[in-house]
Amino acid sequence: MRLVAEALSVVRGGRPVLEGVSFSVGAGGALAIVGPNGAGKSTLLRAIAGLLPPASGSVRLEGVDDEIPARESMHMLGHLDAVKSGLSVIRNLAFARDVLGGEGELLPALERVGLARLADLPGGVLSAGQRRRLALARLLAAPRPIWLLDEPTAALDAGGQAALAGLVADHRAKGGMVVAATHAELGFKDGDTLDLEPRT
Amino acid sequence: MIGPLRAMLMRDLALASGGSAGLGLVFFLLVVTLTPFAVGPDLALLARIGPAILWLGALLATLLGLDRLLQADHEDGGLDLMYLASAPLELMVGAKILAHWLTTCLPLVIAAPLFGAMLDVGPTTSLRVALALLIGTPALACLGAVGAALTVGLRRGGLLAPVLILPLAIPVLIFGVAACDATRDDFAPLGVLGGLALGYAVLGPVAAAGALKLLRD
Repeated sequence: MRLVAEALSVVRGGRPVLEGVSFSVGAGGALAIVGPNGAGKSTLLRAIAGLLPPASGSVRLEGVDDEIPARESMHMLGHLDAVKSGLSVIRNLAFARDVLGGEGELLPALERVGLARLADLPGGVLSAGQRRRLALARLLAAPRPIWLLDEPTAALDAGGQAALAGLVADHRAKGGMVVAATHAELGFKDGDTLDLEPRT
Repeated sequence: MIGPLRAMLMRDLALASGGSAGLGLVFFLLVVTLTPFAVGPDLALLARIGPAILWLGALLATLLGLDRLLQADHEDGGLDLMYLASAPLELMVGAKILAHWLTTCLPLVIAAPLFGAMLDVGPTTSLRVALALLIGTPALACLGAVGAALTVGLRRGGLLAPVLILPLAIPVLIFGVAACDATRDDFAPLGVLGGLALGYAVLGPVAAAGALKLLRD
């Protein structure tokens, strides 16, 4: 399986945000998207996930069953964690898993991101870092080959960042791909870097 | 494909039971309570306009709160989950509409005969109102979803959605009230109402999903 973008351009609000971006990530590969604020890192991730239509160019998955829509191979962790305050932590995770069509176990996933203790608390009481950890638990509860992570370390403490690094390493070892927009050093082993130029 | 839809339905039911569900019912009750005071002590008149008042109250109560149908998910990133779900967005929106109908409209249908008594509407007519609402409110909910999808990115879109869909809601109102007339013994208006409901039930989720896809940012 291979994720390929060719000459991808995206226009937002009448303004070109990305022009002619190309990259390719293979099984077990990782791509770090770097660049200053406003360079279009989040836009690129959303375009890969199909959440934004490309103005030109294309994103495609090679070597997969054409019957399955590309979006069903992808996880997208955006700025917003989609945690409902009124539902307990575990119900939030169960909802995300079922919607994404996963069959992973919930408690081990929460254990892995360090939230098992809080499983029955309402989502509203979680701190920003804990909400992010809950979003990371989705990656485990609903296994999908491509992870698109937008600033995954934002609000995470050192323990959370270590947990994330572990998740990414395990995922890649199983042949998964990770594309992450980042300012921080994520410590991807032999991953590629895509440097987006700021647009004026 | 059933799993994501059931998850969506159950979650929205769970979220609604935490609060907003009663809002429409209270609004409906307010309309019905205030009408006799506004019209005056003329029972004959009240009985005659009763079905229309019930329909107006139910229609406005249904539209009330529809703007939140998709807005909450837009604000917290839940819409992204819906896009990436392993079921088509159209059906996911349909599941949300169903949850909204069960929590907001079904209570109105059940309450309608009770509220009808407050307007001196006879038992036969009251049951006809409830039946017409049972068929008509799904049409309104599906229409409302289109309005909600079109205004999802607008921070102050609260009143815009009902105004947008109002022209298409008027046929539902006309045939809904006509179906409540106890002096008729044919079911023609009810049939038209059912046709409208089926049509909107097909078009509503598709149009709402189309609007969401078009407007996403």
